[in-house]
Amino acid sequence: MKKVLSVMATALLLVTFCGGMAAAKDFQVGFVYVSPIGDAGWSWAHDQGRKALDKMPGVKTSFVESVPEGQDAERVILNMARKGYRIIFATSYGYMDPMLKVAKKFPKTVFMHCSGFKTAKNMGNYFGRMYQARFLTGMVAGAMTKSNIIGYVAAFPIPEVIRGINAFALGVQSVNPKAQVRVVWTKTWYDPATEKEAAKSLLDVGADVLTQHQDSPATQEAAQEKGAYSIGYNSDMSKFAPKAHLVAAVWNWSPFYRYIVEQVEKGTWKAKAYWWGIDKGIVNISPMGPMVPQAVKDKVLAAKKDLISGKLKVFAGPVADQKGDTKIADGKVASDKELLGMTWFVKGVVGSTQ
Amino acid sequence: MAITIEEKTSALHPLATTALAVVPVFLVGAVLFALLGTDPLEAYRVMVVGAFGSWFDFSEVLVKAIPLMLTGLSVAVAARMLLWNIGAEGQLVFGGIFAAGTALFWAPHMPPALVIPALVAAGFAGGALWALVPAVLKARWNVNEIITTLMFNYVAIIFMEHLYFGPWRDPMGMGFPGTAMFKQVAWLPRFFQTRIHLGLFIALAAAALLYFALKYTPWGYRVRVIGLSDRAARYAGFAFGRQQVMVMLLSGGLAGLAGMGEVCGIHMRLQQGLAVGYGYDGIIIAFLARLNPAAVPVAAVLLAGLIVGGEQLQTATHLPASISLVLEGALLLAILGASFFNRYRLRRTRSR
Repeated sequence: MKKVLSVMATALLLVTFCGGMAAAKDFQVGFVYVSPIGDAGWSWAHDQGRKALDKMPGVKTSFVESVPEGQDAERVILNMARKGYRIIFATSYGYMDPMLKVAKKFPKTVFMHCSGFKTAKNMGNYFGRMYQARFLTGMVAGAMTKSNIIGYVAAFPIPEVIRGINAFALGVQSVNPKAQVRVVWTKTWYDPATEKEAAKSLLDVGADVLTQHQDSPATQEAAQEKGAYSIGYNSDMSKFAPKAHLVAAVWNWSPFYRYIVEQVEKGTWKAKAYWWGIDKGIVNISPMGPMVPQAVKDKVLAAKKDLISGKLKVFAGPVADQKGDTKIADGKVASDKELLGMTWFVKGVVGSTQ
Repeated sequence: MAITIEEKTSALHPLATTALAVVPVFLVGAVLFALLGTDPLEAYRVMVVGAFGSWFDFSEVLVKAIPLMLTGLSVAVAARMLLWNIGAEGQLVFGGIFAAGTALFWAPHMPPALVIPALVAAGFAGGALWALVPAVLKARWNVNEIITTLMFNYVAIIFMEHLYFGPWRDPMGMGFPGTAMFKQVAWLPRFFQTRIHLGLFIALAAAALLYFALKYTPWGYRVRVIGLSDRAARYAGFAFGRQQVMVMLLSGGLAGLAGMGEVCGIHMRLQQGLAVGYGYDGIIIAFLARLNPAAVPVAAVLLAGLIVGGEQLQTATHLPASISLVLEGALLLAILGASFFNRYRLRRTRSR
C-alpha cells in the first residue's frame, strides 16, 4: 500500500511539473479583496462589479480573496502585474503602500487603489461618497427609533468609517434631534462572531435600531433576534433579517469599473483621485422595508433627490464636534480634503475615535 | 467487537512517516478540487508552478517562510521540554512592538552601525518579555502555560492596536492607523533584488544553533531529558523551574525575532497585518518537523509554498481562498495521525 501511494505521489509531481503555462492575451483585470466574497458585504459588492466587467468583450477578470493587509498584499499585486494584467484594483486601504511599491516597478500597468489617498504616475485612487447614502439611512433610523438610542457596529476608527458615522448621525438628527448614535469598534472588517457580540452589547444598552460598517450580516441577525430594527451596509441585507431590515446603504461599483476599463482601453485614463457620488449611482439606498411608514419613505426619497441635484449637502455648517466646538462653520461646506482626513465625531455620537 | 490500542515493536523513521503523511493530504485535496469542479492535476500544477516555478516565486515563498521558521522554532524548542507555547503569536507581536519602538524613537540617535543589532536585540527581548509571565507562572505555580500563553496573544494584539491607533499613529497619515514609516537606517537589508531580508539568515542561523545546542551541549541534554521524562530529570537533580523559564524565554525571543523581521524587513512600520496567524502556523510547522530544529526550515518552506501556491490557484481557477487553509488543517491532522500509527496499532478484539 505504501509503495502504491508513493508511486502515485511521484507521478502526480511529475505531471504537475511538465505542463506548460497558458499565457493569457486578453485584457486582464485583477481584483484583490480583503475578505471572502461570500454572499453579502464589501468584497461581494466589488465582485458584482468584477462580474460586470466579465461581460465586456475581450475583458477577462480574476481575483484573490481574503488577502491580509500585511506582507501578502504586495506579493498578490506583484503577481498580477507580472502576469501582464492591464488593470489591478486593490479594494482595502491597507493595500495602499504595497500597491505603490509595485506600481513603481510596472509603469505600464494601471493600478487603482480603493479608499486611500496616494497616487503615482500609473496609480490612481477611487472611492464613492458613501456618506451620502449613510445620511439617508440615518434619516430612516431617526424616524424609526423609539428609545432614541441607535447602535453602530463599526470596524476601525479610520476617516472612512468616521465619516460614515458622522453622516449617519447628521441624517438621524435631521429628523430626530434627541436621538444619539452609540458606536462600538470591533477592530475587524470581517468576523461574524465579534460583530454579533458587538451588536448584542448595543442592544443591551437599549438601542432599538442598529447599523453597521462591517462586511457580514451578523448585526442584522442580532437585531432581528431581539426584535429590533436594523440598517444594512454594502449590499441589500434584507434576506438575512427580513423582519428587522429597514433599508441598506449599498455600493454599486459596476458603472465605475466599466468606466475605468473603457478609459484605459481608449488611452484616456488619468492617475488621479476618483470620488464619485450618489449622482452617478455608485452609492445608493436599497428599497425600504414594509415597516417604514410612507411619509418617512417620501421624505427620504425627497432628500435623495436633493443630494443628487446638489441642493442638499451632508457636511454643511454649522457642524459641531462632541465637545461642542464648531468644526464646520455656518454657511461653509467641508472640503474633500477635510472629509478624507476626518478623525472627530459630530455632536450626538457617543463613543471615542480611538 | 471492540478496538484496542497497542504499542508497535518496530517503527519507521519519524521523517519517513511525515513524508508518508503528506500523501493522503494530497489525495484529500484532489477529491476536494474535483468536487469544486477543477481538474486536480491542473490545480496542483498551478500551485507547484506558482510557488516553486521560478526564482521570483520561490523567493516569495522564502519571504513567507521567514516568520514561519522562527515561530516554528519557537514552538519546537518549548515542546522539546513538553512546554506548549501557544503564545508565539503574541510574542511575535511584542517583538514587533519593541523593534518598532527602537526604530522610531531610538534609531535616529544611534550610530548607524548599531541600529540593526539593536533592532534584533529589541525583537528578541520583546518576545522574551512577553513569554516571561507565563513562564514564571508555570515554573513557580505550575499554571497551565497553554491557557496563559494563548490569553496573552489577545492582550498583545490589543496593546499593539492601541499604539498605532493612538499614541504612535503617524501624524501625517491622514488619520489612517499605523506608525510613521521608519527611517531607512532601520530597514533590514534585502538581498538578491527580492523581498528576502536579513530575517532569513537569522532564522537559518537560529535553526542551526538550536540543532547543535540540543544535540551537543549539556544544556541541550538537560532539555531533552526533561522532555523525555520529568521524573528522571528531577531525580538527576536538574534545576527544573529555571530550565523551564529559560526555554520559554528563548521560545518567546525566537517568535519576537519573527515579528521584528516582519516589521523592519517588510512593512517598515507598525501597522495592521502583523498578527495574521504566523504564531499558530508555527505549531503546525513544529510538528511537521517533528520538533527537530534542523527540519523546521524545510517544513516552513513547504507550508509557505502551500500558502503562496494557494493564492495562485485563486487567480487561475477562481477557487475559494479557504482551500489552502483546508489543506493546512488536513496536513496537521495527517502528521499527528501518522506519528500515532507509527507508534501504535489498532486491533479488533472480541467484546465481552
